[in-house]
Amino acid sequence: MTQPLIRIEGVSKTFGDTAAVDGVSLEIGAGEFFALLGPSGCGKTTLLRLLAGLETPTAGRIVIDGVDMAAVPPWRRPVNTVFQSYALFPHMTVAGNIAFGLKQDGMARTEIKARVEEMLDLVQLRGYGGRKPNQLSGGQRQRVALARSLAKRPKALLLDEPLAALDRKLRDQMQVELAALQRRLGLAFIFVTHDQDEAMALASRIAVMRDGHIEQLGSPRAVYETPSSRFVADFLGRANVLGGRVAGRDGAFLLLEASGMTLRALAPVDVSPGSEAWLAVRPENVTFEDRGYANRMSGTVSAVAYVGGVSNFEVEVAGGMKLRATVSNRAGDASVHPPLGADVHVSWSAEAGVLLTR
Amino acid sequence: MTAGSRGFRFSVISAPMLWLAAFFLSPFVIVFAISLVAASDGQPPFASPLLMSNLTFDNYRLLVGDDLYAFAFGNSVRIAATSTVLCLLLGYPMAYAIVRAPQAMRNGLLLLVVLPFWTSFLIRVYAWMILLRPSGLINLALQGLGVIDQPLPLIANQFAVHLGIVYSYLPFMVLPIYAALERLDPALLEAAFDLGCRPWRAFWRVTVPLSAPGIIAGCLLVFIPAVGEFVIPDLLGGPDTPMIGRVLWTEFFSNRDWPAAAAVATALLVALVGPIVVFQILERRGAES
Repeated sequence: MTQPLIRIEGVSKTFGDTAAVDGVSLEIGAGEFFALLGPSGCGKTTLLRLLAGLETPTAGRIVIDGVDMAAVPPWRRPVNTVFQSYALFPHMTVAGNIAFGLKQDGMARTEIKARVEEMLDLVQLRGYGGRKPNQLSGGQRQRVALARSLAKRPKALLLDEPLAALDRKLRDQMQVELAALQRRLGLAFIFVTHDQDEAMALASRIAVMRDGHIEQLGSPRAVYETPSSRFVADFLGRANVLGGRVAGRDGAFLLLEASGMTLRALAPVDVSPGSEAWLAVRPENVTFEDRGYANRMSGTVSAVAYVGGVSNFEVEVAGGMKLRATVSNRAGDASVHPPLGADVHVSWSAEAGVLLTR
Repeated sequence: MTAGSRGFRFSVISAPMLWLAAFFLSPFVIVFAISLVAASDGQPPFASPLLMSNLTFDNYRLLVGDDLYAFAFGNSVRIAATSTVLCLLLGYPMAYAIVRAPQAMRNGLLLLVVLPFWTSFLIRVYAWMILLRPSGLINLALQGLGVIDQPLPLIANQFAVHLGIVYSYLPFMVLPIYAALERLDPALLEAAFDLGCRPWRAFWRVTVPLSAPGIIAGCLLVFIPAVGEFVIPDLLGGPDTPMIGRVLWTEFFSNRDWPAAAAVATALLVALVGPIVVFQILERRGAES
């Protein structure tokens, strides 16, 4: 990233007494597919609206393409938005919706027509220009919204929960199309979502937001595999989180004293012995097989759920705590599936656990 | 649809249908029948419309022949149209402001709009007479402040009639426009801004077209009763403001020419059904799109 397309510097937005966005700093490059991920009320949508100019920051600075956006109203910003409700103009045709932004720029009529056709092709809606929005399906409306905001060739596209209103199957399909579109246009896509699967499937980088600030920023793999807090570990996918005290160091690993056992884990940050800490391990890294892993516990299988590709187990270990384990159902792996009530050993490698300090 | 639900539908629809047939259609048929006979000195004051030999179009010929009727009708339409435009110019900003007001204030503001209805319409028009007459409050106040020497001619003219109509019918303009604006998704305006539209243009390109059903409904609700208005021109108007409602009243009660009055009423009704049909067509077109 030589020169970031968007620079957010210490931006805050307060509504009354509550800070929706609280001192966020962030840089987004041209051509990035960037996800703002978090639970509802975490400030992700407000941050997107600040970029669009639909909200003005209480503090901080937003720079887009080298220009400070402080005095730039939404109608002059080089970004366009796909709204969650799509916000298509119901009194205009599909072509009228797509042409709307172009007309504001005073583009020539023939040029507008050509651009509208180009956009309809881009979102695979050729021949739909004369329809009204209420004559379209949800997926088609979503495409019109995309075409409308791409028509002005913005420097970045802002998407507010773009797939939330679609049913599961259509959502999967639109995910693929969105990813292809973004690659083809090479445009920065910044999208807000509460759906971690969506964020991980689409984004090249994810900012996990909580209470108005960025909890963690990184690639989907980095955020998933090395979460920096219990919140992130829990919000992205499923995680076993075991609380304890740091007992010392063993080479690259830290030792955690938890429920009378010593567990080993990677530590992304330095932790002093004796301090409170948590170990997070993903269920798919917990196994019933004996592979000589450093972390071992024994317990009883208290729940089994077969969900197709994998089975989810719950194992009650010493101290009444429950560990979750996910086991593949690939053909030939049946031997490692203990029945409900079985006494089992569970284990995971030292590398699979991440030590968290918050 | 099952037979049971069809029966239910019929019974639900039949009640208002019967109501309209009993209290609108049959009186109208009677009025229309009276308009087709000559006046008489007897009791009732017209020839029996049941005899074919009595039927005549003389009353309608009178309407066309005497300039008074055409003038009064044209005058009514003109005054009603001007008043409707004034109501729109006043009512749209009011409705817009109420929609934009904080949620907690909206119901209170709407209540203020309909508050005048709690007082009799007649009393409110009389109140305007007291305010507007040469020795009325407004003239006294202006003279007291030394702004004017002679009382301003505020009453018994077109100005007073317009004022009375705008004052009386404004709520009928505000309420439907409010209802239309309230349904408007604020995200549509944000989308317009986002696509490069300045606020004033966004208002014309998005807000106004999408509140058109409210504007049309409000205009009809003001225009149609205003054309036939009788009380306001009678109390606030003067000799220069003959309105068709007043002509009708005069024919009926002063001249006791029931057939002529019935012909005026029938012609008025036919003339006013026109805009309603136009509205229905527009609305159907709106529902389709």
